[in-house]
Amino acid sequence: MSMLARTPLYDLHRELGAKFVAFAGYEMPLHYPSGILAEHRWCRGKAALFDVSHMGQIALRGAEAASALERLVPGDILGLPSGRARYTLFTDETGGILDDLIVTNAEDHLFLVVNAARKAEDLEHLRRHLEPRCRVEPIADRVLLALQGPAAAEVLARLAPRCLELRFMHAAEFEVGGVLCRVSRTGYTGEDGFEISAPAEAARDLARALLAAEEVRPAGLGARDTLRLEAGLCLYGHDIDRTTSPVEAGLGWTIGKRRRERGDFPGAERILRELREGPARRLVGLRPDGRAPARAGAAILADGRPVGRVTSGGYGPTVDAPIALGYVPASLASPGTRVELAVRGRSEPACVVPLPFVPHRYVR
Amino acid sequence: MTIYYTKEHEWIRVEGGIATVGISEHAQEQLGDVVYVELPEVGREVAAGEPVAVVESVKAASDVYSPVSGRIVDVNRAIADNPALVNEDAEGAAWFFRIELADPSELGGLMNADAYREYLSTLS
Repeated sequence: MSMLARTPLYDLHRELGAKFVAFAGYEMPLHYPSGILAEHRWCRGKAALFDVSHMGQIALRGAEAASALERLVPGDILGLPSGRARYTLFTDETGGILDDLIVTNAEDHLFLVVNAARKAEDLEHLRRHLEPRCRVEPIADRVLLALQGPAAAEVLARLAPRCLELRFMHAAEFEVGGVLCRVSRTGYTGEDGFEISAPAEAARDLARALLAAEEVRPAGLGARDTLRLEAGLCLYGHDIDRTTSPVEAGLGWTIGKRRRERGDFPGAERILRELREGPARRLVGLRPDGRAPARAGAAILADGRPVGRVTSGGYGPTVDAPIALGYVPASLASPGTRVELAVRGRSEPACVVPLPFVPHRYVR
Repeated sequence: MTIYYTKEHEWIRVEGGIATVGISEHAQEQLGDVVYVELPEVGREVAAGEPVAVVESVKAASDVYSPVSGRIVDVNRAIADNPALVNEDAEGAAWFFRIELADPSELGGLMNADAYREYLSTLS
């Protein structure tokens, strides 16, 4: 049996009664005793605390860091102001997606947060292409906490009043409960909230201080997945991967204007063509008419013929109905289009719907 | 009235040639929040070990197998309308279906409560 890594908050999760799951080589909380539904609803109503320390944190240092990173992503990094964060993608030469990430301009360096399952590959990719133009430094001695929900700002402000200065996709370094942290107003739930990068040795006290607020309860990866799915946010390895392009995935908005004009990023040929002419298929939201959830891998049918696959699917607790994401031919991608989903050998009627399933409530 | 269990975590109670089947307390705990239940059609003939119902939690979908052969004579619409009942009362009000036994000798191959408890202890 292979050994699973643990985050510095593992003991706290145990104390809180977490049920664990193996995820990307880590033993992570799937849910706590209240269960996924309660954690999901608590996040939408108040605030949930997630340990996402399994994600990769990386610093890029050097005067040329931004221009160097632009060789690997189609996002505008040179134009990213200090104190701002941006969602972007590592693309490959065929226009596929190697990972999605958040890049923050942290003044004297770029701060990257990448997916746990991709961090080793991402680091290698960065080193191979960016060194020695800039230094690639994995940050292994810090945790990442996500405080998400409508009460997040009020709670965090008690420990760090400066968090109220941040707007959605803004970031800064300041003390949270006396510990210097890197805080961004970002998240993966569709709710307002913050992600806090803190020194590992302060993790436990910080998590306890946040959980001490009556508005805050811990939530695990189970609720993280249902929340992001309702928010229409892609999960790497499911909704996006090397076989899907940014335009197909509805992520064309991440490609900067200057980058489009210059076409100087991996996969530009395909990606620019798809921006011009439209992609052959698109990632869409799907709502089954009935109550049976369609899970990842289920075939999408039109007039009885397979036309695509569900990439994420399940029960949406806030929608109180099954919801799914999947790829369909562009001709079937308009909201209102009728399709069927193959569930246990039956064809369940479903409808293409606009994303997100639950409106975002970011503070802009 | 004796209650039997299967290795797939169904329970079965037999009364006058009719068996009532559901999923065990252990099964509901493992599944977590149940959000969808699919029940068989009344009148369907099923064989022992055949998947006849589906229970889905937020996490995953699981088949529910018939522990015995026979004809489905009743299904519990209450859990289709309110799947959370499976979490609240798995071995009581949240029964899945009733089946007319074709061969009562099949019950001999099932576990009683003590044997099931012992079986569960070998799983963790």
